[in-house]
Amino acid sequence: MHEVGIMSSAMETVLAQARAHHATRVCRIVLRIGVLAGVEVEALRFAFEVVARDTLAAKAELEIESVSVRAYCATCAEEFDAKDSFVLTCPRCGNFSGDLRQGRELELSRIDML
Amino acid sequence: MCVECGCNQRVPFGIKVLRVLAPGLLRASTVAPSVAATDVTSKPIRSVDVRLPLLAKNDGLAERNRTLFRSQQMLVLNLVSSPGSGKTTLLEKTLDGFGLETKCAVVVGDLETENDARRLARLHVPVAQITTGTACHLDAEMVAKSVASLDLAGVRVLFIENVGNLVCPAEFDLGEELRVVLLSTTEGEDKPLKYPPIFKSAHVVLLTKIDVAGVLGFNREAAVENIRRIAPQAKFIQLSARSGEGMEEWFALLRSRLPKS
Repeated sequence: MHEVGIMSSAMETVLAQARAHHATRVCRIVLRIGVLAGVEVEALRFAFEVVARDTLAAKAELEIESVSVRAYCATCAEEFDAKDSFVLTCPRCGNFSGDLRQGRELELSRIDML
Repeated sequence: MCVECGCNQRVPFGIKVLRVLAPGLLRASTVAPSVAATDVTSKPIRSVDVRLPLLAKNDGLAERNRTLFRSQQMLVLNLVSSPGSGKTTLLEKTLDGFGLETKCAVVVGDLETENDARRLARLHVPVAQITTGTACHLDAEMVAKSVASLDLAGVRVLFIENVGNLVCPAEFDLGEELRVVLLSTTEGEDKPLKYPPIFKSAHVVLLTKIDVAGVLGFNREAAVENIRRIAPQAKFIQLSARSGEGMEEWFALLRSRLPKS
């Protein structure tokens, strides 16, 4: 829903880093996006094309790493891999967990620049 | 509708018409081909590990808000729901009940009009209205600026009534202590399943307008089960601001979360 805003915010950081490193251009931008981040990857790519236009990052590759879902079950006192759903069901005891440990990341991970 | 969707005139393209796919499809992460080979310069590629949140600016401001609110020993709640779920009515009744014993303030966000601020205006309650223009959610900067415009002397509880929207506010931390998500009986029982991120992020879920549930044929058991599945972490209260049922439980929750002064 707000992928343009998210991408604009990311691009501010990318360009600030590029300037700080006296880069002539940005080659690659790596994002880490949680499966449950609520962000539509295709919309993010679309937004990237628009906000990167006429910048040092205009020709950069956008690489998106997906972060799987991990949750904690208080009953079993253990973490578990959750399916790609917001209903976090413990595979051992079947209880619902509200304790999401991983999977909502929205992170600018790495920038490659020349 | 929303400046962030790219559907305003400044960025006239149509992200809003894109189909919202299941979160699972995010798994198709793309590994881009190396671009180094096509580059003719001899400069080596430098990699910079950034590891910053994409919403770093908002997150930073939200943290600053939170620090400020905590230093003032103020309980701050972010009320989120669809338009028409009863946020403003709940606040009116809260200010007229709980608000008489504990000093409260309100920041309310809408796209346009000061109608809600007018409804909430009380002699004993400082109120600020944020009109976002086209933006579909409040952000930490708007909250910081509006809070700075209020006289918060003696205020123990600040309610932030977000723009009616179950999608965008989920990602925008305002610096609140508690995120309160409302579901009303005039909506579908399956709304928590349809809009999981916001319910997943809730500290408190309120099922509102329970006085009319029967007339509407609203299946309360199904709604409760859906909330339990999506948001087992949240404190759950069923209430009606109009009849008063459940309001004492809501006030008790507010009292229990007041910072010790």
